[in-house]
Amino acid sequence: MNTKLIEILMAPWPWYISGFLIGLLMLGLVFLGKTFAFSSNFRTICAACGAGKFIPFFDFDWKSQIWNLIFLLGAILGGHLGMHLQPEAFTPTLSASLSNDLQAMGLEAPQGMHPKELLGAEIWNSPGKILVLILAGFFIGFGTRYAGGCTSGHAITGLSNLQLPSLIAVMGFFIGGLVMTHFILPFILPLL
Amino acid sequence: MKHLKYLILGVLFGIIMVKSEAISWYRIQEMFRFQSFHMYGIIGVAVATGAIGLWIFKSIKLRDIQGNLIQLPDKKFEIQRYLLGGTIFGLGWALAGSCPGPLFVSLGYGYSPMILLIVSAIAGTWAYGFVRK
Repeated sequence: MNTKLIEILMAPWPWYISGFLIGLLMLGLVFLGKTFAFSSNFRTICAACGAGKFIPFFDFDWKSQIWNLIFLLGAILGGHLGMHLQPEAFTPTLSASLSNDLQAMGLEAPQGMHPKELLGAEIWNSPGKILVLILAGFFIGFGTRYAGGCTSGHAITGLSNLQLPSLIAVMGFFIGGLVMTHFILPFILPLL
Repeated sequence: MKHLKYLILGVLFGIIMVKSEAISWYRIQEMFRFQSFHMYGIIGVAVATGAIGLWIFKSIKLRDIQGNLIQLPDKKFEIQRYLLGGTIFGLGWALAGSCPGPLFVSLGYGYSPMILLIVSAIAGTWAYGFVRK
């Protein structure tokens, strides 16, 4: 392949390119008659596992959502391919103030995409960290379904379609995110 | 295979999420600490692109590939559900540093603990279905 192209792909992408591509991706799904709504997959997975027999919320034609599960499978593959489009052990160029704040919470200097103390393979030896991640996942699954969507469905699709409910949901995302970041994380991270 | 196009779009989504660094826990922390414009720029440009595109689709009365007029349904107005549900999700988003899509992208990237987040997110959705009236 063209080495110039590989060079462009391997370099970090500017935010306006990434944002533009995400917008196009959403429009592409709309053109295919679908919507960009990632968290719906959690409901589909519950239904596919037979939860519809006991809970009416999961009693729907989940097979009509198989396209989204395929999209999910693609996302996993894309994550793997994307990793190969990065220099080895890539770390984003972050603000200096973030590194200071992380240090104050007892985390090492940023390395990789996620802090190894919270999301690295070492967490499997720590019941406390496992519990915290289970809680985080539970909030994500419960909250997105209660709000009827996540970042893709509300922040990208809903706001693009000028939906007031999506704006309220995004305000909720930020209320929760700010509370966690500023009032909860600084206390629990040093304990882990 | 009629689903191949969704697999391709999913792969592109995963690559874009990695290369945009939007999957990174650090980037989400920066966003909630207002220490970088990066995530706001990504979301802002994505929404602007989407809004202009949807406006064009509707004005030229574009039909999707199934031949249906493109019309995204309006969401029913309600406050409690969106605000409270959104807040609960936000708590998880900032703690995990990933929203639902990036959980899977990061799994492919090689972060095995994502499995834990994914399984508990499915449990969370199940619990919502269970308590929902």
